[in-house]
Amino acid sequence: MHPAPSVILFSTLSGLGFGFLAFLGAGLLIPSGWAAFFLWGLGYGLALSGLLAATFHLGNPKNALKAFSQWRTSWLSREAWASVATLLILAPVALSDWLGLGLPRIIGVVGAMLALLTVFTTAMIYTQIKAVPRWQQTLTPVMFLTFAIAGGALLSGQAWAPLAMLAVGGILLALWRQGDGAFAKASQTMGTATGLDRLGTPTVFEPAHTAGNYLMREMIHVVGRKHAKKLRVLALILASAMPALILLLPLGLPGLAVAALLHLAGALAARWLFFAEAEHVVGLYYGARD
Amino acid sequence: MTALPQTTEKKLGLVIDLDTCVGCQACVTACKGWNDQSHGLSDQDAYGANPSGTFLNRVHSYQVAVPDAPPQIVNFPRSCLHCEVAPCVTVCPTGASYKRAEDGIVLVNEDACIGCGLCAWACPYGAREMDADQGVMKKCTLCVDRIENETLPEEDREPACVRTCPTNARHFGDFNDPESKVSRLVADRGGYDLMPDMGTKPTNKYLPPRNKGPGTASPLAPLLDIKATGVAGWLDRMLGKI
Repeated sequence: MHPAPSVILFSTLSGLGFGFLAFLGAGLLIPSGWAAFFLWGLGYGLALSGLLAATFHLGNPKNALKAFSQWRTSWLSREAWASVATLLILAPVALSDWLGLGLPRIIGVVGAMLALLTVFTTAMIYTQIKAVPRWQQTLTPVMFLTFAIAGGALLSGQAWAPLAMLAVGGILLALWRQGDGAFAKASQTMGTATGLDRLGTPTVFEPAHTAGNYLMREMIHVVGRKHAKKLRVLALILASAMPALILLLPLGLPGLAVAALLHLAGALAARWLFFAEAEHVVGLYYGARD
Repeated sequence: MTALPQTTEKKLGLVIDLDTCVGCQACVTACKGWNDQSHGLSDQDAYGANPSGTFLNRVHSYQVAVPDAPPQIVNFPRSCLHCEVAPCVTVCPTGASYKRAEDGIVLVNEDACIGCGLCAWACPYGAREMDADQGVMKKCTLCVDRIENETLPEEDREPACVRTCPTNARHFGDFNDPESKVSRLVADRGGYDLMPDMGTKPTNKYLPPRNKGPGTASPLAPLLDIKATGVAGWLDRMLGKI
């Protein structure tokens, strides 16, 4: 799949933002005064900039409000509802922390659960797509939730954040291991795509068109194997190993900031791979999957 | 709601005969020509070095290695299959994608489309293309503006691709009617679904190329291995030494 910057930024930033908001809402970090203003602001800023990036992926964004209408069938519509509900429910909690209004924490806990639900709905947008076998796995939502929770744990300075960083690395390795065999496991070939397997073994004789088209640009992105391998190592080092190590050193707030930035860079690399390495079955018609 | 109808009164769709398709691309041209009306299907750099455009129908060509028989060329038109379980419909967040309960045609209401592209991702068959100029999704409509258009002569009330096909490789009809031409063709010729494991239950069916049997030797085959004799043989040997 085409690794569009808009969807990479959307899923990474909003994932981190909603993960952090979940920790703030649940009261696992309860800041007060201006510290609360800035920390809640960071959470909201990340979540909102992610959602804003998503709108750049739309060809016709003027209809964006209509995306709230199909929550009964569409994960994208459910995500729209979950994200707005989270941001609305947590707003009074954020105000309460900032101004010391003493609002009951239970509202924050509900908001925290909604924040994680939002991340789950984001993951399901990809997981539901049967035509991309690499995405249709239980590990896909697990990966999105692990990134959100680990990122939230890091930003809220939890003692167990280094472990969460290592969990990110573990889940990435598991996801890649399973994902690399997913297309073969779905056992779709040019033969099943055309039905010509009942006749013999088909190969492309002539392409349907000599220049590119939307399908080829959007669904048939091919990444060099060596290139992908390097990026995987980079993603593991940046998103998992280095933040875990830095968090274990007594570096205080600057250490935390550096760890967070490295983690974010690693998360972006991992998310680029999530899209770029995903093979859509439509590639079979073009002979791009053999 | 982009929920799928439980059943549809009619089940309109196409039968595509891979035995008779010659890959002339006339259906591609007719489709583009008819559907280029009103909003249209845009092209980018149409006469330049890197042309690209929106099409609802594409014809691929495959060479098939057939066991114990000569290889075959199969031309393969690919367009929307108007699936019963259309994944492109349920993923749509705005309700722009829908499947009609009366005849099962899958359509896009372009006025409600946000151009997120998720329906194109969900389709295993590459049936949907985003129009680069308009930012909305385009797909085969089974020519709803022809098949129901009573101002057209009756013989023209079928999809443009079917009407134009010079080899009658495309047929249009109601699969819910067991006596319709399309139902009988599927029954007689073993019409099949593309990628049935995807669980989409396509309406359109493909008819496999007929069995051509083992290859027969060419009548000219004995001439392929001639040994020159006499003067010609002497000349051949002499010239071979030079």
